[in-house]
Amino acid sequence: MIEHLPVLQIIVPMIAAPLCVLLRRRLLVLGFAILACWITFGLSVALLDQVLTNGVVRYEMGGWAAPWGIEYRVDLLSAFVLLLVSGIGAIVLTFAPRSLSDEVPVSRHYLFCSVYLLCLTGLLGIAITGDLFNVFVFLEISALSSYALIAMGGRRQALPAAFQYLVMGTIGATFILIGIGLMYMMTGTLNMEDMATRLAAVDGVRTGLVAFGFFTVGVALKMALFPLHVWLPNAYTYAPSVVTAFLAATATKVSVYILLRFVFGVFGVEFAFERLGLTTILLPLSLAGIVVASTVAIYQRNIKRMLAYSSVAQIGYMVLGISFATATGLTAGIVHLFNHALIKGGLFMAMGCVMLRLKSVDIDDMAGIGRKMPFTMAAWAVGGLGLIGVPVTAGFISKWYLIRGALELNWWPVAVLVLLSSLLALVYVWRVIETAFFKEPSERAQTATEAPLSMLIPTWVLIGASIFFGLMTSRSAGIAQQAAEALLRGSP
Amino acid sequence: MSPATSIQLALALPLLGAVAIAVLRRRPDLREAATMATGGALFGAVASLLPHVMAGGRPSLSLFELFPGIPIAFVVEPLGMLFALVASGLWIVTSIYSIGYMRAHEEENQTRYYISFAVSIFGAIGVALSGNMLTLFLFYEVLTLSTYPLVSHHGTEKAMKGARTYLSILLSTSVGLLLLAVAWTWVIAGTLDFTDGGILAGKAEGPILVILLALYAFGTGKAALMPFHRWLPAAMVAPTPVSALLHAVAVVKAGVFTVLKVIIYIFGLDLLGTTGASVWLMYVAGFTIIVSSLIAMQQDNLKRRLAYSTISQLSYIVLGAALATTAGIIGGGMHIAMHAFGKITLFFCAGAIYVATHKTEISDMRGLGRAMPITMIAFLIGALSVIGVPPLGGSWSKWYLALGALEADQLLFVAVLMVSSLLNIAYLIPIPIRAFFSAPADGSAYPAFKEAPMFCVVALSFTAMGCVALFFYADDVYRLLVPLAGG
Amino acid sequence: MDTVIGLYNYWVVIFLMMTGFYIVISRENLIKTVIGLNIFQTSVFLLYITMGKVRGGTAPIMADGFDVYTNPLPSVLILTAIVVGVATTSVALALVVRIREAYETIEEDEIRAQDRA
Repeated sequence: MIEHLPVLQIIVPMIAAPLCVLLRRRLLVLGFAILACWITFGLSVALLDQVLTNGVVRYEMGGWAAPWGIEYRVDLLSAFVLLLVSGIGAIVLTFAPRSLSDEVPVSRHYLFCSVYLLCLTGLLGIAITGDLFNVFVFLEISALSSYALIAMGGRRQALPAAFQYLVMGTIGATFILIGIGLMYMMTGTLNMEDMATRLAAVDGVRTGLVAFGFFTVGVALKMALFPLHVWLPNAYTYAPSVVTAFLAATATKVSVYILLRFVFGVFGVEFAFERLGLTTILLPLSLAGIVVASTVAIYQRNIKRMLAYSSVAQIGYMVLGISFATATGLTAGIVHLFNHALIKGGLFMAMGCVMLRLKSVDIDDMAGIGRKMPFTMAAWAVGGLGLIGVPVTAGFISKWYLIRGALELNWWPVAVLVLLSSLLALVYVWRVIETAFFKEPSERAQTATEAPLSMLIPTWVLIGASIFFGLMTSRSAGIAQQAAEALLRGSP
Repeated sequence: MSPATSIQLALALPLLGAVAIAVLRRRPDLREAATMATGGALFGAVASLLPHVMAGGRPSLSLFELFPGIPIAFVVEPLGMLFALVASGLWIVTSIYSIGYMRAHEEENQTRYYISFAVSIFGAIGVALSGNMLTLFLFYEVLTLSTYPLVSHHGTEKAMKGARTYLSILLSTSVGLLLLAVAWTWVIAGTLDFTDGGILAGKAEGPILVILLALYAFGTGKAALMPFHRWLPAAMVAPTPVSALLHAVAVVKAGVFTVLKVIIYIFGLDLLGTTGASVWLMYVAGFTIIVSSLIAMQQDNLKRRLAYSTISQLSYIVLGAALATTAGIIGGGMHIAMHAFGKITLFFCAGAIYVATHKTEISDMRGLGRAMPITMIAFLIGALSVIGVPPLGGSWSKWYLALGALEADQLLFVAVLMVSSLLNIAYLIPIPIRAFFSAPADGSAYPAFKEAPMFCVVALSFTAMGCVALFFYADDVYRLLVPLAGG
Repeated sequence: MDTVIGLYNYWVVIFLMMTGFYIVISRENLIKTVIGLNIFQTSVFLLYITMGKVRGGTAPIMADGFDVYTNPLPSVLILTAIVVGVATTSVALALVVRIREAYETIEEDEIRAQDRA
């Protein structure tokens, strides 16, 4: 059993997905899917535990030995991302039933669960596999199912949003496919670990540069790095609340994981940063993304859209940390990947509660809602403070590492810009807090009541976690730091 | 009770109090009783630490590591002891006063008010007892956020605007400058612990020291150094007990306390004394002292005048810190206590006048002494203490500050202190004098005796007596603070 | 000259790739966008097949008289990629159908105009 953990991690949600379609009865399916998600989460906890005690866990698919067969390879970073994705997946689906019945026709719930589980499978698969082509396949599984999930949004704008995402996503994935192909051409292997060692032999071949370029651009598209983010705001705004919460907390994060794995694991720090100067591309883009997206967020009236732009900015923080290519910077990137997933997931779930009661996420309709839905909006406020990076929240931890990373390199202006950008976050977050708590209730808010417990509890679990990891950092930043050091050592 | 338990209690009690207040929200009498009980117990817990500190001990408590090498830790040293005593002691008085004021006004959202009050005292105690710069920063932000609902209490457009100014200046300075300074210190020194003699000696020099000090001094927005002082007048929209909390008990005191701590334990007096990296800060402080006094003279709104007076008085403390001499530090530390008692009396009086007569403008207060003799006498005492007239507490701290300026050979700042005392007289004394000896401006008859509610009068009399008492017990304060300079 | 003629299949790949990409970017009609996407993907399939081909090699089936075989792995990979491509196309077309139901049009500019209204 124990030795099959890595494959079970993928198999459980993958088998559960078609079973959902067979079961069909709404309650049965929901219960089953939620159970499957929690089992998956349990598996990832066990897997992380195993990695922490025994080091890297390897699993050869179908018994085919490593460079030829597909190998699942779970190191600390993988296990960390697996835990994050499966945890968020389980919590969000637990939150889902009530919110879904409001936003998605009841007759489609079993399909929703099925697609949701497929998407989860894809995201988990990306994190667990050690095979480059397998990454592409899982990437497409998660992407195709997320297009379907987004298209389930109640308003018709969800459809063009999903289509736009599909076009951009496919271009990104195809770029990645080209990159993989060229890499294979050079090294004759698809196993990432093997590829890293063989790359040394073909050092300096131009094909490598081209592959690197295609791959990086493709991943940047997938993770919505400014200015390749245009698909994200619409997709997040019009998708059902549950889907937004899930995707915002996981999809872009997994793409960041791919970037980390590829740049550090396959190509190595020396090639990517010292020879190619990846910093000179990532640093300005991430800084521009932080500033521009935060500023755009300030002017949004639809709060889901505002949070979506904030996500683009937060991706900027992660990439910024990565672009430092130092232990502290990488730690900042990885820990922010984790912290931001908690914070943004919680925020979008709170927006789901608001949507349920108000049938709107417009800031004008949210006036005075803090008095009617105190627990929901308190969760929102705590999450918002996390976005700003106020101490005692997880956001502060990320920011601390980021600033430290910049100062260690003596990159003054970067540290200052990061701090100034927090003030932009302050503006857009505070606008909502002020409207919700200190203004007279709007017409819609008058009749609103507190969200049901089935939604409040999962929301607070994530928000509570964001406070917990703002104080107890050994399990978040501690692991992130170990993972960062492993990446810098060059082991894929 | 072991010192560590006392520290735990001092931190836990305000939070427990906040929970109790929330639970008892439907029973106002019990709710207020919970506030008072918390205040009493908190003061007891803090006071139980005093003997240890007086005996030269440094009780400490380390909770857990936030980052590798940086724990959430608490160390009780003399300055923090003094601040914690002042804050927890005056909190009780302010709570008494609040009860009278809030009830007389039939304010809304009183439960939110008392909860925020309790959380903000939690922040202040945390700042006072913190053992390293990061812990201090955390509590500093707790204090900022927990006082926001207090400032915006009325919920009117004006209150929201004031509160927004309050929050945006305090948060942007602390996140933009202070956090940068803290992170930078960590990168340079590899530690953030408050250490006797500083942690930067030998690790940073020249312009870096000056820049770092600037980041700290301006980043501590709560110290209201010009040009980051505007939040203080803006926060005057809050109910008067809140102004008392801001000006005397917690917020601004946490600001200057931070500056003192940073100068003593991060930079170290010797380092600043030998490199002269803090000379520019003296000039900024001196400028703030004089200019804000001048602005105060032009204010007709009593609370605004007091607000500018506070800005000026805070810079006394910053000046004392920047002098980086023994007497300067002791004077600055003492002034935290002395100014707290003086200014809280003045604000209590301003609030009492408002509750009893709804007057806010100084020009309307002529002849008021007949109606509110107790309030006006207390006002006079508070004013004299702030000016620094014996036999009132404020005279001692000014004396040591002047001594500190002499020690540092900064005669200019001795003059600044003198001039500002004159300005203090000019903007504070006319208020009680006219209240007693002038006829009401509009020619109407002297009003009949009409004091504010009993809770308010008791509170303001108590703090006025405190100003007198501190003159005679200044020696104890001195003995408490003396180890600061020795270290 | 060798780079032009000797690597002709790569030129075909690049030509198809750019054609597909251009269609995706420039067309407002959603069906045409999907077609562009397909051409774009197909070019990558060709790229993979090309790299697997060994000059003079035969199909990778063990038989007497042949010792040069074409690398079968890229072809296998591309089978998977084709499946992915088909799935993408079908999801895209399904979306187009639903967009047509909701907006009565499949022209992107008209959809945008309706949303703005």
